Formats: sequence, C-alpha cells, structure tokens
Amino acid sequence: MTKILIKGNIAIAESAVIAGCRYYFGYPITPQNEIPMYLSGRLPEAGGVFVQAESELAAINMVFGAAATGARVMTTTSSPGYSLMQEGISYIAAAELPCVLANIMRGGPGLGNIAPAQADYFQAVKGGGHGDYRLIVLAPQSVQETADLTMEAFNLADRYRNPVLLLLDGLLALMSEPVELPKPDRIEKYPKEWALTGAKGRSRNVIRTLWLNPDDRVTKHNCHLLEKYDRIRNELIKYETYKTEDADLIIVAYGTSARVSRTGIDLARQAGIKAGLIRPVTLWPFPEKVIRDAAGPGKKFLSVEMSMGQLVEDVRLAVNGKSEVHHFGIGGGWVPTEVEVFEKIKELV
Amino acid sequence: MAIVFKKPRSMTDTHMHYCPGCGHGVAHRLVAEVIDELNVREETIAVAPVGCAVLAYDYWDFDVTESAHGRAPAVATGIKRVFPDKVVFTYQGDGDLISIGGNELLHCANRGENITVVFINNTVYGMTGGQMAPTTLPGQKTTTTPLGRDPATEGHPIRVCELLSSIPGVKYLERVSLDKTANIIKARKALMKAFQAQLDKKGFSLVEMLTPCPTNWGMNAHESLKFISNDVIKYFPTGVIKDEL
Repeated sequence: MTKILIKGNIAIAESAVIAGCRYYFGYPITPQNEIPMYLSGRLPEAGGVFVQAESELAAINMVFGAAATGARVMTTTSSPGYSLMQEGISYIAAAELPCVLANIMRGGPGLGNIAPAQADYFQAVKGGGHGDYRLIVLAPQSVQETADLTMEAFNLADRYRNPVLLLLDGLLALMSEPVELPKPDRIEKYPKEWALTGAKGRSRNVIRTLWLNPDDRVTKHNCHLLEKYDRIRNELIKYETYKTEDADLIIVAYGTSARVSRTGIDLARQAGIKAGLIRPVTLWPFPEKVIRDAAGPGKKFLSVEMSMGQLVEDVRLAVNGKSEVHHFGIGGGWVPTEVEVFEKIKELV
Repeated sequence: MAIVFKKPRSMTDTHMHYCPGCGHGVAHRLVAEVIDELNVREETIAVAPVGCAVLAYDYWDFDVTESAHGRAPAVATGIKRVFPDKVVFTYQGDGDLISIGGNELLHCANRGENITVVFINNTVYGMTGGQMAPTTLPGQKTTTTPLGRDPATEGHPIRVCELLSSIPGVKYLERVSLDKTANIIKARKALMKAFQAQLDKKGFSLVEMLTPCPTNWGMNAHESLKFISNDVIKYFPTGVIKDEL
C-alpha cells in the first residue's frame, strides 16, 4: 500500500487518468490551475489529449463533443468559470452525456477572490443552467476522498448517463495529504450503444435536446429524466454521521467545513455538550432522510458552511419545522476553525 | 430504364420543414452527395447548429449531434480529438457561426482543427424571424433593421472567409452561391475539395454558401435567387479565398 503526498487538485487529475479519462478540455482559472497544468503533460504521455480551450464556454462544449463519442472526458474550473459553463451543462444533462466536472470553489459573487469558499452550492445542486435537470454532486472532505470520488464520478457518469460534479472548496484543492490512489480495477464498464462513432453496421445515432414536434416530447423527456433522477435518489445517497445518536445539536456540513466541525464537536464533547455531525458526501442527491429522522423537539441543527447560507436551506427543508435550524458561516475566504465551531455550539446549547 | 437521378444514400426519406425556395434543401443534398461520393457515410459525424438547420439530423442518414447556439466548432473539436480519422463537419448559419459563435469558430480555425465547416450565409436569422445577422447587407431591411442596416450604428457585414484567411491553420476557404445551376455545381466541387482536404489531414476547411431566404427577405423564390445574383454576391464575392492544399 503505497501512499504519495499530493494536493487535492493533483488527486483529481491523476485519479481521472487512472479512471480511464483520456480527454481533458479546460481554461485557466485559479485555484484549479494545477489540474490543467498537470494533465497537459500527463495525458499525452497516457495516449490522451489535452486541449486548452479559448474559454470555459468552449471547454464545456468540447466536453459535450468528446462525451458524445462515448469517451471518458473531464473539465475542471473555478466559480466564475463554472458560471460560464452552465449553458453547456444544461445541454449535456438534457442529452444525457456522461462526463465529469470539478468546481474548485473560490470567493464570489462576481470575480470575488481566489480564497476558498462554498458559495456555489445552490448552483451545483439546484441546476445552475436553464431547465429541469440535476447533476450528481460529490463533496469530498480530504485529498484521499477526492481521489476515491474522482474514480467513482466516472463510474457514476457512465452508469447513469449523467454529468457528475466534484464540488470542492479551494482549500481542499490546494492542501497536500498522503493518498493511496485508486486502482484501475475499480473502473466499471457500461455499454454505450448511443454514442456517435459513425453509422457503421448500425442505423444512425442522433444526439439531440430539441423536440419541436407538436406532441409532448419535451414533457416526456423531462419525465424520463425525472425517473432517472428518482432512481439516483434511491440508489446513491451517501453521507457520514459522527456521534449523532445522543446529540442535542447536530451540525450539517460538507467538505472542509465538515472536517473542521468534527474537531469542534470533539471539543464540545470534552466540555460535556452532546454535539454530532451529519456530513453529506452526495450533495445531490441530498441525504434528506437521515436529517429528517434525526430532527425532533429539543434538538437543534447547525449548518456550518463557507457561504452566507445556502446548505442551510436544504437542512431546513429536510428538518421541516421539527427542530430549530441555524447557520454559521461567511462566504469569500473565511474558513471555520474548530474553536469557532465549538464557541458557536456553546452559544446555541 | 437507367436511373439517372436518385436520393443520395446519406439522406433519409423525411419531409423537410424548410420554406419553399429555401437554400437548405439544396445545401443538405450537396453535402449528402459529397459524403456518398467519398464513401465516408459510415465514418461521418456531423454537428448541427441552432437555427433553421437544427433539424438537419432528421434529413441526413449518418451520425449527427446537436450543439448549443454557436458552439458547433467546439463540439466538433471534442469529437475530432477523440476520432482523428473520422469525418467531422459542422453545418452552421450566419448568426450561429459568426455572431454568437465567433469565438469558437476563430479558435477552432486557429488550432487548425482538421474539420470542415459548411457555412450557410443567407444574410438573416431565419428561425427566429428574419432579424439582422452579422452578414446582413448595408441597407438591407430586416425585422430588427426596419429602415435598413446602417453600418454607422450596426457595423458592416462580416466576410468570414476573408476574416479567416490570415490564420495559418486554415487551409481551404471558398465562397460559393446557390443562385443558379452552374454555381450549384461549383458549390458541390468546393465541398468535395474541402472534405477531401480533411481526409488528407490538411487542416481546417470552410465552404461558405450564399443561399436564399425568401420568407425573411419578403420575396418569392425566383426574386430571392435574383437578389443573390444582383446584390449579395457584390458584397460577398464568390471564389476560392484561400487554397493551401
């Protein structure tokens, strides 16, 4: 079992290569630049293709094209760039093309700054572009989990014919940790009879998102997508709980916020306060039930997030009025410390 | 009795939705004939635009994908980088190609992507109702230039072939017109040359076709062909703009 010391960004890049991704299209933006810089050398070496696109808009559409051939393909970006990709992501979701995306979140809105943040949560889990669609959204909290979820992202994309988004704050992407990279035997293969490969020995394949027929094709397509999203909801929800059984206060947090909150909970426990953690690993589908089941009179919920309050809205929906729900966090570069989390817990209990 | 004329293998039996007198039907057929003649139907992947020709995939009997408005050259790049040996082409109108998609076109050409662009220039936005296009002629009336295009405020029409001609990765550019039979035959030859260039891995090629849009020009089919011959060609001269094959 060999471990190597790498950053979150490199974990995404190398795990993608191990997962069989041979095509990467991207545009420079901080703090995800190490991914394209790494892959510009690594992919040609692995027999793949790296293209620096002229914009995020072009990058996501190159991803559309490569995904349409059935190849494993990825792009990565950071918040403002991810906004620019929304048009393409809507088309990719509509056309049900498998691909992997990563948004390394920085401060916003606007150009914001390049400090870590978690303020693109709404954009990630509620759609982002136009129309009714969903991405599978994975939120690691360590470099090891980033590597593992990158491998899984490619498998899930192919399994469900759906774009999968890795959502990381900039801290996680730039932090180095010892990692055991995923093994290629974890690659899952799915038939791609829909792919554009040239109509040789079969009738033509067409990839389209427009249905102008005077019948109800778009509504039918939306119902088909919903069926798939329901299947994903049933099969895929992932989360981790920590000391929730007897907790009077439950923190809901993901990524760096979750990791820091866990230590804050340990401090609270040492002070005799019963606090616990629910950490969604899939932000969509959201682990609603475990939150709902934990809610009840006398229990309090606290969303710790590096934003002005986005995840907290989904926690409120899940709790559905059965418990108080609080928010702790600021967007734009603030990262919680365990002491701050502990103080907030004390204030609420 | 010998068959002297028939539907190309690369076309389906679907009825076209295009208006009477529209140039897309002829352009689609020319592309299909060339694909057949080069015997590459089973190796072809086309990228359809947003605009009247978005439904091209209903009429061509080979693999086709749709793309977002203007993004066809980026989508084609993604396909071609996976399959460098397949025939990849985009089919785009003027608004798609050089208004909303100008950047994707420019950089696709500059990378010298070994693809072919079939550019349909009818000087207006067709599907959305005859608005001004980047190629609308000076003085030409459209639904968003009711007094005629005024270059002082709306700029001059963009000559795409001339614009692209200085880019080293661009190897073949020709402007043709579908206004009369002799020119349609020339258009077919230009397409043959462009697709052959791709097969020979020469680099980026583009064929611009001047086509009629009688509906949005407010003309009948005959008048619209005359309009090309008398007016459109004056601003957009036909011929080979660049040939480095």
